[in-house]
Amino acid sequence: MRIAVRLFARARDLAGGPVIELELPEGATVADVRTALLHARPQLQPLAASLHVAIGSDYAADDAAVPPGADVACFPPVSGG
Amino acid sequence: MPQIAVTLTDDAIDFAALTESVRSPLAGAVVLFLGTVREMTDGRRTVALDYEAYPDMARDRMQALADDACVRWPVVAAAIVHRLGRMELGDISVAVAVSCPHRKDAFEAGRFLIDQLKAEVPIWKQENWADGSKEWVHPGAPTA
Repeated sequence: MRIAVRLFARARDLAGGPVIELELPEGATVADVRTALLHARPQLQPLAASLHVAIGSDYAADDAAVPPGADVACFPPVSGG
Repeated sequence: MPQIAVTLTDDAIDFAALTESVRSPLAGAVVLFLGTVREMTDGRRTVALDYEAYPDMARDRMQALADDACVRWPVVAAAIVHRLGRMELGDISVAVAVSCPHRKDAFEAGRFLIDQLKAEVPIWKQENWADGSKEWVHPGAPTA
């Protein structure tokens, strides 16, 4: 399945764009998204340990499944306020 | 039912109107928190901040926080506004207004809302330092 991952803040700047398309097997997890993302954009490596992944509007743990068509986002620690 | 409003805006925050929006005959206490752009951070001088958000998720997380506050405290009304884009020194980046029957609950609910907003709502700031450099603020992440 094809997943579009939205990136924000320094993750977007390092990756060079706001969206990355990834090809993942059905049943892929958030951990698989991380692996594929770093493979596609190795320049994200310095942020790797701190990146959050969200599915829809919820933070997603590494073992969470990624449903086909899910809204997936990946971003570094937040700093609003 | 508590009255809840969460907003992202590109415009200046009218904190007087926001405060007025949570006043109620049911509430004897109204607390307002404003976050404003500070000049000095760890000895470095800021000239402006740029804020961006993941808007859909940010609104949903803000709404979830407000709902959570209403379970934990007897909230009459709560309003949260975060501004996005370029802000100069002293500008208001975020405002939280909350009303409860009594002040202890109003203070606690307001504290909870701003603390949790800063911890989990997907909004980011970029420092524009006086030396002309820019730097995303990502607490706990390695710096550039």
